[in-house]
This record gives sequence, C-alpha cells and structure tokens, in this order.
Amino acid sequence: MKAIYILWLRQIKRYYRSKSRVVGSLGQPLLFLVALGFGFGPIYQRAGGGNYIQFLAPGVIAMSIIFTAVFMGIEIIWDKQFGFLKETLVAPVSRFKIMIGRTLGGGTVAVLQGIIVFLISLIVGFRPMDLNLLPLAFVFMILIAVLFTAIGTAIASVLEDMQGFQLIMNFLLMPLFFLSGALFPLDGMPEAIVLVASIDPLSYGVDGLRATMVDGAHFGLSVDILVLSVVTAIFVAIGSYLFSKIQI
Amino acid sequence: MIEVKNLVKRFGGFTAVDNVSFTVKNGDIFAFLGPNGAGKTTTIKMLTTLLKPTSGEILINGNDPTKDQDEVRRSFGIVFQDPSLDDELTAYENMQFHGILYGVPKKIREERIEQLMKFVELWDRRNDLVKHFSGGMKRRLEVARGLIHHPKILFLDEPTLGLDPQTRNHLWNYIKNLNKEKGMTVFFTIHYMEEAEKAAKRVAIIDNGKLIAQGMPKELMEITKSASLEDSFLALTGKSIRDESAGPAEFMRMRHRVWHR
Repeated sequence: MKAIYILWLRQIKRYYRSKSRVVGSLGQPLLFLVALGFGFGPIYQRAGGGNYIQFLAPGVIAMSIIFTAVFMGIEIIWDKQFGFLKETLVAPVSRFKIMIGRTLGGGTVAVLQGIIVFLISLIVGFRPMDLNLLPLAFVFMILIAVLFTAIGTAIASVLEDMQGFQLIMNFLLMPLFFLSGALFPLDGMPEAIVLVASIDPLSYGVDGLRATMVDGAHFGLSVDILVLSVVTAIFVAIGSYLFSKIQI
Repeated sequence: MIEVKNLVKRFGGFTAVDNVSFTVKNGDIFAFLGPNGAGKTTTIKMLTTLLKPTSGEILINGNDPTKDQDEVRRSFGIVFQDPSLDDELTAYENMQFHGILYGVPKKIREERIEQLMKFVELWDRRNDLVKHFSGGMKRRLEVARGLIHHPKILFLDEPTLGLDPQTRNHLWNYIKNLNKEKGMTVFFTIHYMEEAEKAAKRVAIIDNGKLIAQGMPKELMEITKSASLEDSFLALTGKSIRDESAGPAEFMRMRHRVWHR
C-alpha cells in the first residue's frame, strides 16, 4: 500500500511543480469554450438546441481530462528513456502495484485538471442544473481519468520513444474525442456516426457528465456508468498486462 | 554471492551474451570489463531481474532472479549507467521514494537517509530539485540511494563515467570502505582500466558476448605479459573500434529539454 502511495504522490508532486504545463494545458479547453461556445452559440440557439455553452462545457471538461490522462500514462516512455523506470522496476514491488500507483496518480492529476476546467466554465457562463448530482459527475470524471491513463500506460508500454506520440494524438485521441458527442448532440445524427459514437467509450463518459451536469442523456445514466466501468476495468487489465511485459 | 552458469541471452538472431559462467565471492570487488556492446549491461540487467535470460542459471545471494524476484531485488543496490533519478523531485524525495519502495521502516529510513546524504556530502542540498544538480552530484546521490536498504551486493554500471578525478576518487574511496567495513560485495563495469586495476580484486573480460579471461588483475597482466591492465585488455580484445547501436535516448533527451522549458 505504501508503495502505491509513494508512486501516487510522485505524480502529484511532479504535477504541481510543472506550473507551465498546468497553465499550458488549460489553454486548449479555454479556447474551445470561448471560440466554439460563443462562435456556435447563436446558430445552436436558432436551431432550437438551447444554450450551447451548457451543452459544450461537459464535453470540454471531458476533453481536458482525457488529454491530461493519456499524457500522464505516456510519461512512462520518458521514465523508460531517462532511467527512472529502472529504479522502480528493480525495487521489490510487483509491476501490478507500480502500474496501479502510477495510474491512480495520473488519474488524480487528470481529475484535478478537469475540476479546474469546470471552474473556468463557470466563469464563461456554464451553470450546472442540479448540484446534488455533482458528486456523480465527479465519479464520471474519475472513471474517464483512470480509463485514459490506463490507455496511455498501455500505449507507452509498447512504444519505444515519443516519435509515435503524434500518431496516437491524430489517429486515436482526436477521433475518440470528436466522435464522442462532446461537441455536438448525437440525437438526430446520421446512423453511421451514431454507430461509431456508440463504440467510442468516451461517448459514455461525455454522456454521463452531461446527464449529471445539465440533463439530457443520449444513452441513459445507468448505461453510461455500466459501460464506462466495464471498459475502464478492461483497459486497466490490458495496461497492467502490457506494463508487466516491459523489458528494458 | 553471485553465481552464473552457462548464461545465454539472444535478441532475435543476435546473441548478446553467449554461454557465460563466473562466480563472485562474498566480499569481493569484481570488475566486469569489455569493449562497447560486449554484453556487460545485458548481463547486469539479467542479474538484476530486468531481463530474463534465454538459458542458463543465475544465483544472487542464493536466489534465482527469474523465480524469487523480490528476494533478489532486496539483496542488491544498483547504480545504472544512465542517470535514474527523478529530476522533478528533490534529492531527499528521491531517497525517500527509494526507502519506501524497499519497505524500510520510517525511523530507520530517516536515520539512514541523513547518514548517507551526509556521507556523500549532499545533506545541505537535500531540498534542492535534482535537475539543478551536476553529473557528479547525481552520481553520488545515486550511490547513496542504492545503499538505503543495506544491500549485500552493489552493482555499478560505469559509475564514474563523465566524472572529474576528484569525484571519482571520492566515490571509489567510499565504495572500497563499504566493502572493507561492511563486507559488501561490489560488481562493476567500467571503461577506465586504471580504475579497474586499482579497485578490483578480481576481473572478468567479456567480448562479443563471450567471457575470454578472468582472474586477478595481476594474473591477467602476467598471462598477456603486459605492464598494465589496459595493455592486457587490448591484447585480449584487440584494437578494433566497436560500434554500439545508438538508441533513441539522445533524441529523447533533446525533446525532453524542449518540452520542459
């Protein structure tokens, strides 16, 4: 337990010490909120969708969580290259514990980032409908964070260096994000897109955040939480398996 | 303390370590020498549970690294060839991280960390981030870190690479002292033959994955009729320059610096 704690603590310390990264990673969500939120707002309103910021904010919160989380997972590549991973791998601690400690640490950081973006969205004009449901929204944030940290860990366990990072951003993360219904409602979309969205695990995370923050779920709250939990468990298992296979 | 029998490691078709056998006795200072790419680091990785051998037997302090991993891991400390500290943590936090991972109880841990950091003359800098440390300071910290859990064996993979003579001298005196006073077994690789000659009680030379000679430095010099260990090393391994395939590490270092500005 102490080993998991110290691995978790390390991630947290690294996070609050790299202030430039914290600020930098808030730029993108802020841009999305302001540019898309205000840019598409009037059209969305005229089309009868209501307030676009209300719709968009949960999606942007999810976005900031997944990007931070994957990045936290991918950091293993750096630890691999800079030797710190060796220090943890020769210690008398099982790989599974190391993976869990790191994933929880990365997940915590991603959730913190999500909370900051939530607070920013309040400034931009976002208003959660029901404060009683916010704890449940928090649960969704945790699930999304752990899921995507595990995905990052799995990828980092297989990759040798950061060269492939761009590939992952453009061919995995961006599609997962754009097709998740974070930016547009899935109701009334062409069937092909709805189909793709329904196999994208992030869709359920975004849907869950939206259901708990502003109402209007596409899949339904219980489906969201069930699918997301199962997929998260699967990816934590895949991540630990691949992590246990690392040879350096 | 370390027993290696018919050790083989293959990567695809390439045999990095080819049927190597040797024994390191308790309390020995053992130098494992060889040109670039000879198989030194691969051997150390197998001894320290990081790599699984293709075949052969290893016993570290009586335990098999492929089976009793945790027992083996508790019995050694290691200083890697590349720095393995977390730059974003302070010196003290790096030490603490290690102590907790190795399950050293809090009170003993704090005592030992203070003692070790004073010994490598870094106690005054304990709250500084490691990224502000020089190469020599990092090395000293790594040696101190490797000793927190009182290992029976200390592995050093080119511990003095890139250090000035003062730091090298300081480091070796410290390590030899540990060996004498605590009876700690030391296993190291190095490219500076004078250092190996001065520090090592026994030497083994590996080339192209094969062990080609072992014995006391004096014995090797006698066999090859050389005046120094460096000459006998060259006599045994030849003078051609070896190429080692460069990993992506250099590229990563550059990227790392850019990202972390």
